[in-house]
Amino acid sequence: MNAAPRRLRRQMLLPLATGLAALALWEITVRWFAIAPYILPAPSLVLRTLWDNFDSLALAWLFTIKVTFGALALAVTGGVLLAGLCALSRTVELALFPFAIVLQVTPIVAIAPLILIYIDSTTAALLLCAWIVAFFPILSNTVIGLRASDPNLRELFALYGASPWQRLRWLLVPSALPYFVAGLKISGGLALIGAVVAEYTAGAAGRETGLASRILEAGFRTEIPTMYAALTLVALTGVAIFAGFSLLSRLLLRRWPAGGGRRDEGQE
Amino acid sequence: MRYGPERAVLEAITFTVPPGQFVALLGPSGCGKTTLLRLIAGLERPDSGRLAVREDPGGVAPSYVFQDPTLMPWASAFDNVWLPLRIGGASRAQACARVQAALAAVGLADAADARPDQLSGGMRMRVSIARALVTRPRLLLLDEPFAALDEFTRQQLNDDLLALWALAHPTTVFVTHSVAEAVYLSQRVIVLAARAGRIVADVAIDLPLPRPRRLRTTAAFAALCAGVTEALER
Repeated sequence: MNAAPRRLRRQMLLPLATGLAALALWEITVRWFAIAPYILPAPSLVLRTLWDNFDSLALAWLFTIKVTFGALALAVTGGVLLAGLCALSRTVELALFPFAIVLQVTPIVAIAPLILIYIDSTTAALLLCAWIVAFFPILSNTVIGLRASDPNLRELFALYGASPWQRLRWLLVPSALPYFVAGLKISGGLALIGAVVAEYTAGAAGRETGLASRILEAGFRTEIPTMYAALTLVALTGVAIFAGFSLLSRLLLRRWPAGGGRRDEGQE
Repeated sequence: MRYGPERAVLEAITFTVPPGQFVALLGPSGCGKTTLLRLIAGLERPDSGRLAVREDPGGVAPSYVFQDPTLMPWASAFDNVWLPLRIGGASRAQACARVQAALAAVGLADAADARPDQLSGGMRMRVSIARALVTRPRLLLLDEPFAALDEFTRQQLNDDLLALWALAHPTTVFVTHSVAEAVYLSQRVIVLAARAGRIVADVAIDLPLPRPRRLRTTAAFAALCAGVTEALER
């Protein structure tokens, strides 16, 4: 019983120690060789810059978070709805799925300039870009999940005369949940990437600007410490999204056996 | 019943099972016995011929036990057994007594909250049998339910199944490829031929009930097994 918390502590402490050691090495190197802050700022300077500019950076941060989670929410809604349609009808899947793949494989930086021209609101354009990047894993995973239910269980439901609604609630949704959650974990990271990449394409011109614009802006002025500060916030957001969804996945799949619903047929 | 144009899986099969009888369908792999069971269950339709299953007066669907326990891995034993009643509209509270009774009947009263991955293979099959019996079906169909279990567990489950059958005498069709299992459990063994599924023998098993384990070592049992085996090899 003691092994699990101890392993968890190891999993937390070990990377934390590595990170702190690397930061310390970085700090010492910068001070020892007296490297100029416009070439490589020390972690302490990055932290101070972050602190001094927090008011303006926080606004940009909030905007990036808004776009990321807005796009993710749209991706979940769109992905699940479309997956449901695909699972219900093979025709719908054949008709629509290839275009979902086209959207997925076309680099977002190539589509973004057009979207930015056609859509007036920068926020809406960024949402659309981030959505395009984020929705595919949810769609494809949910489609696979809805198909993954045990065929014998499906026959059992048919034998007992289950309605389509009962089958959806008690068989298809629970079977698809581990797949959906896996897709959600991927899409969470992709939504952030989509939001940041699209904003780079949009440039720092718009009134509504996020962290990517701050990095660009600081780059033009060679404010290297500010670039690092904004980058730190982007990275922290990514880590928080990953950790949050890992926790959510563990909570949602508490009742599922390890391996997400699939397991070996063990013997006695 | 045919798959593809060349080979009929089953042909010229005619038999009637009187209510309450325990019939074993015996044959080598690929003889079509599972297909026959699926036809009876209504999971597949015959290409030709007639198949009549007497309607249950209470409208209870026939129960089917698969080769795998076929449990919902995310649901407890209780929830798995509850499923047929739940589909029929019974709430947890309404179904509770019957589900508990069904679990108790297979010796799993204490395992109601366990998930399938926390149970052994034999216990999972017991949950599957409890689920089949919870609706009190008049027709019980089993497709090699114990084939994947070890010999000891298999014998134990044979005894338990027979005891449960004796309580309510549902009409039972039990598919197996084990001669000893077929003779031990049933009142009648229908033997299917290896190819183009025909019935090659229909053997009445007139051994008394209940059947103790030592029955397996008696001369009468051995003689019946020998007869069935000979029909199988013909």
